[in-house]
Amino acid sequence: MSVSVLLSIIVTSLATYLSRFLGVISSIKIKETSKIFRWFNCLAYATLAALIARTIIFPVGALSDASYLSRSIVVLLSLGIFFLTKKNFVYPTIFSAISMSIINNYF
Amino acid sequence: MIKRKLFLKGYKSILKPDSPAIALACCFVAIGALLKNVGFNIQESVFSTMLIYALPGSLVMAESILIGASLLSIFIAVWFVNARLYPMAVSLFPLMMDENQPKWKYYLSCHFIAVSAWLIMKSNYEAIEKKDRVDFWIGIGTATWSVSILATALGFYLADYLNKDMLMGLAILNPIYFTCMMVGAMKTLQITLSVTLGAILGPVFYFFSPEWSILLGGLIAGSIAYFIGEKNVS
Repeated sequence: MSVSVLLSIIVTSLATYLSRFLGVISSIKIKETSKIFRWFNCLAYATLAALIARTIIFPVGALSDASYLSRSIVVLLSLGIFFLTKKNFVYPTIFSAISMSIINNYF
Repeated sequence: MIKRKLFLKGYKSILKPDSPAIALACCFVAIGALLKNVGFNIQESVFSTMLIYALPGSLVMAESILIGASLLSIFIAVWFVNARLYPMAVSLFPLMMDENQPKWKYYLSCHFIAVSAWLIMKSNYEAIEKKDRVDFWIGIGTATWSVSILATALGFYLADYLNKDMLMGLAILNPIYFTCMMVGAMKTLQITLSVTLGAILGPVFYFFSPEWSILLGGLIAGSIAYFIGEKNVS
């Protein structure tokens, strides 16, 4: 392993572990029935929703090559399939991968 | 030590028909392919997933290496991107805290906090006794972590065979899977508002500050949802 890559991996893992570890330390004094726990629960769901929405609307990596229109179509169709299949997670997920690969060639 | 029965019960949760294993694996296949294109060898790719185990963090690291960023800037950028793990930990670990369990279990198993494992635990913890939940959690975490490591290695070796359209298909899987899981979790007013407002405010704040958009969006959306929910209950 090259030293720079190895150091980058270690620095990235420390930066990632820090948030996780601080979360556990804070959890020691928080009861699951407390108001602060309910607040953090809302923060966690909202932050995840923000992350997912940003990943779809302002993507980085491979998805950034797909157009807004093709991404929007795939998301809407996948959600439609999610509700049609009585909230099954697998069908819309597999559908999204196949349709993304195909639709991007047309839009 | 860790109770084998609970550990295996957690581990097997990724074998359920609607488990996130497939979506998770596909994303790490894409990461494995990306790391190879950035110039990582197989050991570095696998090692990075083992130690980091957070998709956005790995993406930021790969991009930073490409542009020759310093170690300090990598640390700060990754810390910002992965700061979401803090509220995720605080909203999960109080459900598992038990005086009779050794602290090392919590300090080590917090490495498994990631969207997939977090969502599985959130939807299954009520069926497990509180004193046993951390062992169940370690099982879930080990399972999702193993899937990610294996998929990274697979992605590394498949990199030469995956074209742009295939990588795009793999990249959309995870956001779609998590969108469905979040919509499925919208069972109370607070969670429904949190998810809806977060999905709106996250991208809106991106126009003002891309680095802070997720944290600010999450903080404001989550706080609004909390106050409306509390007011509604009282």
